[in-house]
Amino acid sequence: MPKDDGIGASTKRREDVRFLTGNGKYTDDINLRGQCFVHFLRSDVAHGRIKGIDAAAAEGMPGVLKVFTSADFETAGGIPCGWQVTDRFGEVMQEPKHPILAEGKVRHVGDPIAAVVAETYEQARDAAEAIEVDIEQLEAVVDMKAALAEGAPKVHDDLTSNLCYDWGFVEDNKDAVNAAFESAAHVVSLELTNNRLVANPMEPRVAVGDYDPWGDNHTLYTTSQNPHVIRLLMGAFVLNIPEHKLRVVAPDVGGGFGSKIYHYAEEAFCTYAAKVLKRPVKWTSSRSEAFISDAHGRDHKTKIELALDADHNFTALCTETYANMGAYLSTFAPSIPTWLHGTLMAGNYRTPLIYVNVKAVFTNTVPVDAYRGAGRPEATFQIERLVDKAARELGVDPIELRRKNFIKADQFPYQTPVAVVYDTGNYDATMDKMLELADYANFEKRMEESKARGKLRGFGIAHYIEACGIAPSNLVGQLGARAGLYESASVRVNATGSISVYTGSHSHGQGHETSFAQVVAEMIGVDANSIEIHHGDTSNTPMGMGTYGSRSLAVGGSAIVKATNKIIDKAKKIAAHLLEAAPEDIELKDGKFSVAGTDKSVDWSGVTLAAYVPHNYPLEDLEPGLEETAFYDPSNFTYPSGAYGCEIELDPETGKIDILRFIAADDFGNIVNPMIVEGQVHGGLAQGIGQALLENCAYDAEGQLLSGSFMDYAMPRADDVRGFTVDHSCITPCTHNPLGVKGCGEAGAIGSPPAVVNAAIDALHRAGHTQVTHIDMPLTPARVWAAMKA
Amino acid sequence: MHNFDFVKPSSVEEAIAALASEEAQPISGGQTLIPSMKARLNAPETLVSLTGIAELKGVCPDGDSLVIGAATTHATVAADAASHFPGLAALAGQIGDPAVRNRGTLGGSLANNDPSACYPAAVLGTGAAIVTNAREIAADDYFQGMFTTALEDGEIITSVRFPIAEKSAYAKFLQPASRFALTGVFVAKYASGVRVAVTGASENGVFRLAEAEAALSQNFSAEAISGLQCSAHEMIADLHGTPEYRAHLVGVMTRRAVAAAR
Repeated sequence: MPKDDGIGASTKRREDVRFLTGNGKYTDDINLRGQCFVHFLRSDVAHGRIKGIDAAAAEGMPGVLKVFTSADFETAGGIPCGWQVTDRFGEVMQEPKHPILAEGKVRHVGDPIAAVVAETYEQARDAAEAIEVDIEQLEAVVDMKAALAEGAPKVHDDLTSNLCYDWGFVEDNKDAVNAAFESAAHVVSLELTNNRLVANPMEPRVAVGDYDPWGDNHTLYTTSQNPHVIRLLMGAFVLNIPEHKLRVVAPDVGGGFGSKIYHYAEEAFCTYAAKVLKRPVKWTSSRSEAFISDAHGRDHKTKIELALDADHNFTALCTETYANMGAYLSTFAPSIPTWLHGTLMAGNYRTPLIYVNVKAVFTNTVPVDAYRGAGRPEATFQIERLVDKAARELGVDPIELRRKNFIKADQFPYQTPVAVVYDTGNYDATMDKMLELADYANFEKRMEESKARGKLRGFGIAHYIEACGIAPSNLVGQLGARAGLYESASVRVNATGSISVYTGSHSHGQGHETSFAQVVAEMIGVDANSIEIHHGDTSNTPMGMGTYGSRSLAVGGSAIVKATNKIIDKAKKIAAHLLEAAPEDIELKDGKFSVAGTDKSVDWSGVTLAAYVPHNYPLEDLEPGLEETAFYDPSNFTYPSGAYGCEIELDPETGKIDILRFIAADDFGNIVNPMIVEGQVHGGLAQGIGQALLENCAYDAEGQLLSGSFMDYAMPRADDVRGFTVDHSCITPCTHNPLGVKGCGEAGAIGSPPAVVNAAIDALHRAGHTQVTHIDMPLTPARVWAAMKA
Repeated sequence: MHNFDFVKPSSVEEAIAALASEEAQPISGGQTLIPSMKARLNAPETLVSLTGIAELKGVCPDGDSLVIGAATTHATVAADAASHFPGLAALAGQIGDPAVRNRGTLGGSLANNDPSACYPAAVLGTGAAIVTNAREIAADDYFQGMFTTALEDGEIITSVRFPIAEKSAYAKFLQPASRFALTGVFVAKYASGVRVAVTGASENGVFRLAEAEAALSQNFSAEAISGLQCSAHEMIADLHGTPEYRAHLVGVMTRRAVAAAR
């Protein structure tokens, strides 16, 4: 048995060798013969009417091949939205057109107006400066509530208002929820903002379009988390290219965090322009451009209320959220504040009645879509902030209030009032583990030690639940998804026994090439080094719906398990023939097939060779070769959960918060590679702490981005996140996928923001600043200081 | 970035001659100029590099003063001034990150006079003299508001003469994104009295804190300025802090600088 690289081993990530030695092959490393470059002229106003574009001077500049405007895309479709939400009244959402280049109006700073293609990037940029655009500036709408006011300027003239939808969930619960609040012993309420974020993956977006006129074949190389989805959306809805004539390749990708899920205008542009110019066309985003063209995340404003009975049991929960869509609907934008948010509002608790209202709003800002966690961090932040506030108002221990209302270990599967059924979990166990690792019992001693140094110490708790492994297809179809959410894999066993696995699940930092190989190595009992994982190219991998929502191992990994089981079934038949035994008597162990109860055996490569050199082979019953494909569509989401503890020290003179300890006790179900899981949690925590303390994507009233560079947008750095204690020993395996795995990619970013904010409020209350009941993220020193003074 | 000519003279005289041409601009470490050129906010026709001139470099004790060449990098000042003027060296060692400190220079920072830069606090807080190719300018006359200085067109800083303090320290509160000074205070104690200069806080750039200087000259201790109140008038308001917050930080950082002074 390959104990060092099978399931449960902390195998080192094989992909890191090429990344760390500078040998990764990213999209920007792709340079094709005859390649030219595009620069997009982007709007510098948030809202305006385009009265004219004069590109004559630009077209005559050195190296310029063509200046494109929306007039060049009259036959193309708009950038499509992949999810249609139906509102409280049964009406479908308002869905504006999202053109490749602005048509008639610009709707956010960064909206592309024209595109210059030239021999060099600098020539394209020079020429863009010579384009004269006559824009009549219009009043911008930035604030969501103002955007919904009577008479507000409309982002899209052809829509009835700036309201995309007004969604209620569960609408039938509304009256019962209201009644529960009327009879409640206690009602606790909180208004909060989930701050807008910019994903900022290390690698900015890049696209290279290529066209082969002899075969009429298109190729797009792009920084995508899901090349098949881009092929489907761009081919079918935008450029009308059938799938067999369109290849999409996402090679090594330097992080996505959601922002590289979506189909972007620049991808369609490069693919289309390559055909027009009969030359490869390349676009590489600058960091400044990324701030105004990559989809942003979060940006919710919420009022949440909790009703409790006299014994402090939660009896009902009610929320009203305004969710910013930005100027256009990005690929999955409508689903984030609804199905990925409303369905999580039960949290870890037995709250029997829940009503969630979400108003999605168009504004003159960059489109907003999923960002690590997507909807679930927004849900968790509201619930865990509110439960903490409830404990404070009721004068009870926040840990005990949580435990009192937890869904208990013996209550699974648990049907929540918000549609989903949690399969497994043990929330008391993760809470116990976190408190033990945090040495919570000695917190007050440490607080006294801080006090002696003039600092305030606080401990914050959050317990989260998330729904991962987004699926099943038939359910998401009912909820408005315009696609299925399965995964697929092809396992090709070569004649000498080595194995090539083709997965639809793209890897852009998750370590699939290592952990997927561990799964196959474990199942067959061969060395993981004889297994290669291929992904990212639609021409050689089976259909994949994408890497997001912590779904790759739970869904993509399960497809690999299914395909590998087909391989094993067939290999056993071949072995049975070679060993002159019945297939049901063949056992596979440590890479060897043997006949049960005998010493007769044949090893793995003996079987694989027979499959490809079928001289002694049951040709009448079995095809030669050893290659299988499987599709896996799960029966439910998976439900990772965990307890997070954050211990902070707050400087009362400046308001600055330092995180001293951060403990994450997660239940991810079974673990394939503990080291990779730990790394995923570390990354998620850094991003969650970044949201809580540092990151703030802010616009002014005119729609200008105030935090348009790293000079003003504060990313967490190493000294902001000095170390974490990560544990995943609490395991309740998922009951409905073959690996029993739940997913770990987003947990850190989901559970940490409320833990950090709860810690800050705790520190302030322990020091007597009891007037501070909430501070909106990010908890900058200036905001904390202002709250203390208030 | 637009195309430009690049010249790298080896003497101050050659540099001055090169700067006489239209649209020529001096460049030292380029930590502000290069990003602004990349963003196409600045497009000089000729860049005259000051980093190839040996006489503009080095940290040199001269009696009661430390003379630092204008093209000396922050990293060199942090290392070479440490034994002579630890408060100044510590300030240089906190500027930006290692990449910035190994490129950015003293003269470049002073010529730019960013309202949130660190060096202006040290120069004004020590009452240093800015030496140019033409004259010496007292620190009190040199800083004339945000991004504005007493330098004439074509005039370049050659060195800065810092009077060495008996005790000094710089206390900097970081702007979380840029890590420039949200508010930074340099305090220096001399036989003749105490000087206090504040950067990062005011819309008018670096300024002296007269009230604190008077109190600290009587009694150089944090307690002497425990009640220090700074007005929020003309303080910077941005994403990272209100005028009131910056005014508050002036008091906190001044006390911390005094407590840390060595």
